Amino acid sequence: MSCYASGMLDAASLGNPGSPRHSAFVRVTHWITVLSFAALLVSGVEILISHPRFYWGETGNALTPPLFRIPIPASRGTVPTGYGYVLPDQNGWSRYLHFQSAWAVVLTGLGYLLYGLWTRHFRKNLLPAAEDRSLRAYVDIIAMHLRRGPAAEDDGRSYNVLQRTAYLSVIFVLFPLVIWTGLAMSPAFNSAVPATVNLLGGRQSARTLHFFVSVLLLTFLLVHVAMVALTGFRSRMGAMITGSVPKEQA
Amino acid sequence: MSRLSRRKLFTAGLSTAAGLGGLAAAARIADRYGLVPPDSGGLYGPGATLTYAAQRLLTTSSLAREFPRSLISKEPFPNPVAPLGKEFARLQAGGFADWLLVLDGMIARPISFSLSDLKHLPVRRQITEVACEEGWSYIAEWVGTPLVEVLNAAGVLPQARYVVYYSFDGEWWDSLDMADALHPQTLLTWAMNDGALPVSFGGPLRMRVPRQLGYKSVKFIHRMTVTDSLKGFGKGLGSASPEAGYSWYAGI
Repeated sequence: MSCYASGMLDAASLGNPGSPRHSAFVRVTHWITVLSFAALLVSGVEILISHPRFYWGETGNALTPPLFRIPIPASRGTVPTGYGYVLPDQNGWSRYLHFQSAWAVVLTGLGYLLYGLWTRHFRKNLLPAAEDRSLRAYVDIIAMHLRRGPAAEDDGRSYNVLQRTAYLSVIFVLFPLVIWTGLAMSPAFNSAVPATVNLLGGRQSARTLHFFVSVLLLTFLLVHVAMVALTGFRSRMGAMITGSVPKEQA
Repeated sequence: MSRLSRRKLFTAGLSTAAGLGGLAAAARIADRYGLVPPDSGGLYGPGATLTYAAQRLLTTSSLAREFPRSLISKEPFPNPVAPLGKEFARLQAGGFADWLLVLDGMIARPISFSLSDLKHLPVRRQITEVACEEGWSYIAEWVGTPLVEVLNAAGVLPQARYVVYYSFDGEWWDSLDMADALHPQTLLTWAMNDGALPVSFGGPLRMRVPRQLGYKSVKFIHRMTVTDSLKGFGKGLGSASPEAGYSWYAGI
């Protein structure tokens, strides 16, 4: 397992047992993101309930065939769902909350991005070490998980190549994509930058992609929380709240 | 408490006060430059204000996308319309020849337009998308008189900041800031896809605001007021939408 430890010990903030596991900036932005994401998820589901059908291309409505539909009742009587009832309309506050949380997460994300570049956080803690940037490294770590082998010695103080890849994908692929596909649904923003929606193949394609990227983000969240629970809920939560890892874990 | 932490506390207090003062000053400046929406109070005010201010800075004169004729939806979706009453039925029976759009408020003098008057002003045809806040959409060709032409004919006073418009159904009313009211694509629409505008789509006269979501495009327009403040209208939130829980600005 030594290969996973390499490239981590030179990272001063992680290698030094006296320093916090996560810096205060990372902890604060992490929890703002958690709150915002929860609000975005709840309000997003409510907005989806008003029209649980998806289309491809520029236009789509209850009179046109959907690409697919979510088999749930709707909060609008105009949507053919097959259910004999209509759920109460929650779109008003959901939309207000969705965009307010979007602002919170975008502004927090910008701060985090600047912090990460400035302090070399991404390079030190998230970019896989040079020797780990190989198919072999991924195969090894997956094989280790499948064998249910022991975790790397300093697993509690650093991330392996799979974790690093997952975090980098969320930060640099999924979040930018969910912001882009969201902005592509803004008629005013579209008027200023039509390419935001045209490059995605139209308004309805943007909405469908927004849904799929959100599903991927939710999948990440579920796996992330499951891993935290499996590897020691108290110590991982402690590390992200107070910054310190209990002695027996460190 | 050590000297150091007391100093820290003092610094923190000072910067908080400075921050709050800065925010208050920013709010005053933003309001002066028309960057604060009428529904900026309450829990969701910060988000609504950020969205509106950002859009005002980014999109003041940008044009909504217009589409080729081939993209016109074969099946546009008309949201169901509540019964409009006897007076509407009478006007409809007369082919809307007696339909009047009455305009008052901060204009040179009160003025009204029949549909035929509107058709004699400069006309604009545009193929734009109606995007409902629920998620669905369609594209149609809309033909109408740009609101700016009507406002110019009425002689809008320089202190005007909003145009309030009312639906015949007595329930819906909304308002636009001058950036959207004077925008060339904001149409008082009276025709759709080479025919008169059907009642199901808001005929005889519908406000079309293609840079905002569908609910801003109020149907059956028969009255408009030009004003410098939205305080006296309804609950002062700018339109019937915030009173029903939806944001006033729908450009998003």
